Amino acid sequence: MTEPSLKASVPSAKAAVAEPTAVLSTEQLLPMYRMMFLIRRVEESLLELAESGKIGGAMHTAIGHEAAAVGMAAALRKEDYLTCTYRGHHHSLARGMDPKRAICEVLGKAPGFAKGKGGSMHFVDPSLGLMGANGIVGAQVPHAAGMALASKIRGEDRIAITFFGDGAMFQGVMHETFNMAQKWKLPVIFYCENNRYSEMTPISRTSSVSELYLFVRAYGMESMQIDGNDVEIVYDAVSKAAARARAGEGPTFIEGITYRLAGHMAGDLETYRTPEEIEMQRAYEPLARLHQKLLDRGVAEEELNKIRAEVEEEVQEAVDYALEAPWPDIAEAYTDVYKV
Amino acid sequence: MRKTTFIQAINEALREEMRRDERVFLIGEDIGYYGGLFRVTRNLLEEFGDRRVIDTPISEQGFMGMAIGAAMVGLRPIVELMYMDFYLVCADQIFNQAAKMHYMTGGLLHVPMVIRGQQGGGKRYGSQHSSCVESNFAQFPGIKVVAPATPYDAKGLLISAIRDDNPVLFLEHKMLYFTRGDLPDEGVEYTVPIGKADIKREGKDLTIATFSYTLLQALEAAEELKAEYGIDVEVVDLRSVTPLDMETVYTSVAKTGRLLAVHESQANAGIGAEIVARIYEEAPDLLKAPARRLGMAPAPIPVSKVLEEELLPWKNDIKATVLSMLK
Repeated sequence: MTEPSLKASVPSAKAAVAEPTAVLSTEQLLPMYRMMFLIRRVEESLLELAESGKIGGAMHTAIGHEAAAVGMAAALRKEDYLTCTYRGHHHSLARGMDPKRAICEVLGKAPGFAKGKGGSMHFVDPSLGLMGANGIVGAQVPHAAGMALASKIRGEDRIAITFFGDGAMFQGVMHETFNMAQKWKLPVIFYCENNRYSEMTPISRTSSVSELYLFVRAYGMESMQIDGNDVEIVYDAVSKAAARARAGEGPTFIEGITYRLAGHMAGDLETYRTPEEIEMQRAYEPLARLHQKLLDRGVAEEELNKIRAEVEEEVQEAVDYALEAPWPDIAEAYTDVYKV
Repeated sequence: MRKTTFIQAINEALREEMRRDERVFLIGEDIGYYGGLFRVTRNLLEEFGDRRVIDTPISEQGFMGMAIGAAMVGLRPIVELMYMDFYLVCADQIFNQAAKMHYMTGGLLHVPMVIRGQQGGGKRYGSQHSSCVESNFAQFPGIKVVAPATPYDAKGLLISAIRDDNPVLFLEHKMLYFTRGDLPDEGVEYTVPIGKADIKREGKDLTIATFSYTLLQALEAAEELKAEYGIDVEVVDLRSVTPLDMETVYTSVAKTGRLLAVHESQANAGIGAEIVARIYEEAPDLLKAPARRLGMAPAPIPVSKVLEEELLPWKNDIKATVLSMLK
């Protein structure tokens, strides 16, 4: 069932962006390492909670995707708008969402950011520029373009970024949005987290082209393919795209090659790939690579161990808090239908 | 007071609100340079420029989604759908996104926007350009639906819709566009509240509850029923479909004892069925005779004049239904 071409493929940095080394200082990378490990541990904890039956519905984790979120958060301003796909826990955590409130929301508990009404697929916090993860593939992409349009109408230099997967590339609304964003030179960044599976199907089985970043060239849009598992490369690409957007030069499309180490969603049987394929990809996953990079730069293993131990404690505390947290008042079922 | 067309009333509401509030902008197909297929947005590009009157490609999903995004960060977009039938092209953005956004974010986001455009039969546009869509929208909490029938109500309700913090569907009917009515002088500010019905004709024998173009058809039917049979029909203009003002309907039926709900969209599973169900649930004792609904038969709208007239539930059907209810 697995595609031979996929088995052989590894994340590659084909275009535009410079060598991965020395874009950021070690001092800048250490908090990014911390955040990537925090995302990893939150996601793994959520999967355990799902397996124990404490989380219902569809939950999509971003294990393996951490670099895209953490590189982005370092490259953008806090007030810049962000929308993303339902695989969106990592973007929110990277932008500063409290893991306690995040886990509460996924469990449907009252302290969740949306009082338990949104859940895993609808991470949101406007105070952090998080303008909504979305349950419909591609639907959040015009929203980000509309936020960029709002900045243009108001004459502000606030930009927007939207994250989506490779599978979203074939929704019609994507291409409608690419065309308008380019035509109107909107300050928006389109970031495709290409993990090479559209849900359970290898993208190579459904796409008519092999390189997704080439699609938008037809609209005249600046685009690049990067190694989306290297946090420095992501940071560099998003920084440059943001500078272009703020300078009025219009949108940029970034295809960050990555790999989803966990299933599409909690409970995914993963019959579409082999354990060997996943094992091979572990050599390229972002957290392991940043770990090695920091060691290569002379950071002591003990320092990284200390960071990880702190994170373990913080995440465990958040999980315990969420498990103990109260359910929402049942009257909440009827509120927020209309804004009054 | 002066007489204006329905189109002029909408154009004035757009212009006055755009002057008053710089967060308001227009987006849609052919609305700027051309002034709108039905000329509703004429002269607005000239006054407000292309930052606030935005001509789009034919990409309903894309520009509806962009308007929603702009509304989520505090602007007040007004989206024109050239024909209301096209809402189906961008239904995900309207229903899954705009209508649910406030709820699924626990109140953190809201979408203050207006979707407006014309709908309805009578001009031989055929199956994909003539539908009335209000009943479809009534199934979705989170979006308000208004459907005025007079220039006065159109202007006042559109201003209320623009100022509302929720998505509002503003339904115009193509047969209403060139009808004329009284309007306060330009610059005299007034609004018509969303969710409040208005009694357009008083009577004692039977209540017709309707809205949009069938309101004019019901008023004509009422005059003829009076002249020909001495039947005195009260006509309630609901003006809003969501929320429905059932209180005004009940007050009227308390007087007449009979209720007929009329609309142009199909009768089957339509808003008329809801109105009739509501009176049986909430105020059955007001009825002296069974309440009824009248809408279109469950068929797409054909082009041929004779076939279209056969299907539309207009004056003659209203008269016949009233007569059968009073037998």
